[in-house]
Amino acid sequence: MMKNLLYRLDVKGSPYLYIVPFFLLFAAFGIFPLAYTAWVSLHEWSLLSETHTFLGLQNYRDLFADEYFWNALRNTAQIWVLSTVPQLLMALVLAHVLNQRLRAPTFWRMTAVLPNITSVAAVAIIFGQIFGKDYGLVNWLLETLGLGRIDWQAGTASSQIAISVMIIWRWTGYNALIYLAAMQAVSKDLYDAASLDGASSFQQLTRITVPAIRPTIIFTVIVSTIGGMQVLAEPLLFGGASVTGGSDRQFQTLSLYLYEVAFSRFDFGYASTAAWAMFGIIVIVAAINYFLTSRLRRSS
Amino acid sequence: MTTTTSLTKPARTAVAAEPQVQRRRRRSFMADRRPGKLTYLALAGLALFSGFPLYWSLVVASHDNGILGEVPPPLGIGPNLFTNLERAFGTVDFAKALTNSFVVSIAITFSVVLFSTLAGFSFAKLNFKGRNAMLVMLIGTMMVPTQLGIIPLYMLMAKIEWTGTMYAVVAPGLVTAFGVFFMTQFLREAVPSELIEAARVDGCHTFRIFWHVVLPASKPAAAVLGMLTFMTAWNDFFWPLVVLTPEDPTVQTALSTLASGYIQDYSLSLTGTAIATIPLLVVFALLGKYIIGGIMQGAVKS
Repeated sequence: MMKNLLYRLDVKGSPYLYIVPFFLLFAAFGIFPLAYTAWVSLHEWSLLSETHTFLGLQNYRDLFADEYFWNALRNTAQIWVLSTVPQLLMALVLAHVLNQRLRAPTFWRMTAVLPNITSVAAVAIIFGQIFGKDYGLVNWLLETLGLGRIDWQAGTASSQIAISVMIIWRWTGYNALIYLAAMQAVSKDLYDAASLDGASSFQQLTRITVPAIRPTIIFTVIVSTIGGMQVLAEPLLFGGASVTGGSDRQFQTLSLYLYEVAFSRFDFGYASTAAWAMFGIIVIVAAINYFLTSRLRRSS
Repeated sequence: MTTTTSLTKPARTAVAAEPQVQRRRRRSFMADRRPGKLTYLALAGLALFSGFPLYWSLVVASHDNGILGEVPPPLGIGPNLFTNLERAFGTVDFAKALTNSFVVSIAITFSVVLFSTLAGFSFAKLNFKGRNAMLVMLIGTMMVPTQLGIIPLYMLMAKIEWTGTMYAVVAPGLVTAFGVFFMTQFLREAVPSELIEAARVDGCHTFRIFWHVVLPASKPAAAVLGMLTFMTAWNDFFWPLVVLTPEDPTVQTALSTLASGYIQDYSLSLTGTAIATIPLLVVFALLGKYIIGGIMQGAVKS
């Protein structure tokens, strides 16, 4: 009788014991901060003051009228396009090249992921030197070719290109491996048949591979959108650890603006509003992606 | 038709995939895509693209600042690496930073692997009310960057007086939704349910099943998850920057100290990046193929 009860307790109850540590820690350090952000965003809440006045939606009204917020949003979107489009196209081609019977395949795959092992802070500092105005490698190359030097940090387009190059360098190989994993699940018979019909390697990539791995491509687009919202170290360190992202905020991203408001102005209430707005943007982008995907699926 | 089954079911790890891939390809003798010179030329381009910035950082780190302005710039390793290392260790307490990074990364890795294996076992192999709902919620939260909760997290750490300490860096990294998802996916296939039923019939209680059946079976996935977690923890930047002080940094926030200021001392800051990067490069050189397996495996499953 006692043994039977213990057995039932073990079967019915113990599954919860194994997930409890995870959910407790996750709730404390993951879910709670995220939810509490919404609460803080409704207040005038400063690190420097003990009183927190309830403001309702005033912070949100201020945010939507905040020129710096829109500037940061525009910069984030531009950097996202400048970095994601070339990065995913190059990753596709690279995965196509890697998806052959190569000598030493592991070596080449490791070469592709090498930049991703490098920390984002290190990447930003190394490329900050390469794009430097006076001693930078890129400017030396431009000058040798007879084109003038560029003050990469000063311009909007040039600074955002430099930051995008950092992102492209760090993530292209990683995405190529994700595509490669998907490509290996595509039937080789399709390629054999296409080759017999005289299709070139490039045609095989666009006609067979891309349609076959479309879900993976959409997955990488969504992931890079979420990643694009988090770009912080590159603009911060490119600007010599300045929180404004250039003298005219020409490369300040949303995350960097959040960082400035929260940890340089110590305006936690307003920074939480910005964080919650970023969350809203992610939800909208994910919804658009979902909508487009399901329409694509229906039409094909 | 062994070929078709191996095609529809993606291999669990890249390592395991190799023999299947070869078997598959041997059959298609007519139109095998045999890589030509052009392929290896493209791959050489890849190697240059990936490797050059890292090599260049060593070039800068091994020269005196004055030489970098010369035309053409130096392209070989210079004689000043040790002088610069001395300067870097003198400017920022890199010994402390390296120790901190090791302690933090190892603590996070151990915790993530342990709790992910426990929860993954429960999600994959045990039946309980609300399991699917919780799993869906888990996957949903994977899409939300934890960075957005950084302000209350900071307030929490200030309240319990952990700001400036390594506890504050470790605590939010103790568990990840990705880790649980990863182990759940793996254990679903790695441990046959019949085996668990058989152990139950023999009178094993759940924890003994976990200890003697599941834990040994989870080793390969735990190793991969551990390496990915270690890398992420080692490279984490934003949260340590927010919660730590420059006097007691991790390697990544120490880099930020080196790179700040109006006059850029490139030899110094790129020596710093070398110090921060080399430990991971060593790990990568030794265990890279497993890390690659992990990245590809995560991709196929998600």
